[in-house]
Amino acid sequence: MGESLVCDICGKLATVHLTQIINNQIQKVDLCEECAQQKGVTDPEGFSLADFMAKNIEATAGPDAVAGSSLVCPSCGCTPRDFKRTGRLGCPECYEAFDSLIKPMLKNMHRGDHHTGKVPHELLHRVGLRKAINRLQDQLAHAVEQEKYEDAARYRDELDQLKSQSQPEPPAR
Amino acid sequence: MTIKPLLDANAELTSGGAPGEPIVMSSRIRLARNLDGRAFPGWAKKAQRREILSACEKAVAQLPQMQNGTVLRLDDLSELERQVLVERHLISRELSQGEPSAGVIISRDQACSIMINEEDHLRIQVLRTGHGFDDIWKVIEAIDNRLETLLDFAFTAQLGYLTACPTNLGTGMRASVMLHLPGLVMANHMEKVIRAVNQMGMVVRGLFGEGSDATGSIFQISNQQTLGESEQEIIARLEHEAIGSIIEQEKNARALLLESKPEKIRDKIGRAYGILQNGHLLSSAEAMSHLSLLRLGIDCGFIAESWRGPIDRLLIEMQPGHIQLAAHESIESDMRDTARARLLREETRRIPPLDFET
Repeated sequence: MGESLVCDICGKLATVHLTQIINNQIQKVDLCEECAQQKGVTDPEGFSLADFMAKNIEATAGPDAVAGSSLVCPSCGCTPRDFKRTGRLGCPECYEAFDSLIKPMLKNMHRGDHHTGKVPHELLHRVGLRKAINRLQDQLAHAVEQEKYEDAARYRDELDQLKSQSQPEPPAR
Repeated sequence: MTIKPLLDANAELTSGGAPGEPIVMSSRIRLARNLDGRAFPGWAKKAQRREILSACEKAVAQLPQMQNGTVLRLDDLSELERQVLVERHLISRELSQGEPSAGVIISRDQACSIMINEEDHLRIQVLRTGHGFDDIWKVIEAIDNRLETLLDFAFTAQLGYLTACPTNLGTGMRASVMLHLPGLVMANHMEKVIRAVNQMGMVVRGLFGEGSDATGSIFQISNQQTLGESEQEIIARLEHEAIGSIIEQEKNARALLLESKPEKIRDKIGRAYGILQNGHLLSSAEAMSHLSLLRLGIDCGFIAESWRGPIDRLLIEMQPGHIQLAAHESIESDMRDTARARLLREETRRIPPLDFET
């Protein structure tokens, strides 16, 4: 007699057992008839376990991950419950807010957990420069407020130099 | 009618591109990109979606690749027009489903389309007939590079391009090919192939992606994973581990069928030819499977190679949305079957009698 498995989503008796090899690791999910139907598992063509895992945090991060969580994204207000319901995050910052939930999921979903592909160098340079300029402007304002004019002059020179680097490019024809 | 000029123009898939190839009908790459500090489309409020749409439209308008392209807002299109764009693979089903402030910009040759406010802020796709990712990658990379100078994409060194669904994270890239696999279908091997491809971490889907069925023996194969490998590695693995071996298996399946049951194959193709030339009621599923057999007939040498382009075009133009749009109204399903049969009679009448001697 094999031991009976329970559904990873609702805890009822599981009758659908799925195995896929992702990233050379065997991934298994056990589901009851109803949850399997609902999640589209019975469609042999459209279904992929990775998609499924994205939408079912419990299956990867444990059943308490959503229920016991008080996490909320400070930027957009999205919660793990919203993520579970839709399978989508609220905004780019959610990745940082839900890091502890998403990290374990990525290993099951992808070939690795860090990016090795294309890097938008121009973008990173531009954004980095903008942040540096904002920081210097704050420092400059602060120095003026404190009447530290020598510091202020230094910040102003640095600021001028950074600004000259970030000339907006000529508009496209 | 907003999309009429688009349909009348020469398009990559219907006439402009190089003629397709046996087995590999078309290849496509799409990139998912999002703006930093903005809610993803599914979470964004209406006003935010509007802002995103206009910011993205403005940036896309500056792309040299999109000059003289078509800018469409989905809100302005009828349901039928949306359906036609889906049938031509210019927009996804998800985009067509009617969320407000969704848009698409389609290049003049219709090889490139950029969707706005789909699942991600931007979905850039380049699609070409035949087989080959190298050129497609060059084109899409150039577009992406230019957009990167105009928009602040959400990107981190650790996770790459940030996407609404973690399954697209990293490269945000999905590369796919549309394969015509009648041999494997007739030999009942498709289930085995799908399972093997799934186990390699790739996906097999029907003609219209997620959840669609595979009438006409046409399947779409794509990478599943997007993080942890570079774009080139993903393409190479898809190419060598999946596509190459499926093509090989399809060729073997055809050779075996032609050797063991030549009459059966000729009979199927011959009947398809007869029905297309003489039928008066054709559902799209039936038309699809007959056209698929004519395509096989070309590969077998029964029909001249010059017919490949027209047959691939008919595979698109006989779909329900196209038939209705051509009839200038939404018509009942049986009227559609009549109109479809008429179109196919007219178009296939000029195909010379099949040459079974080769």
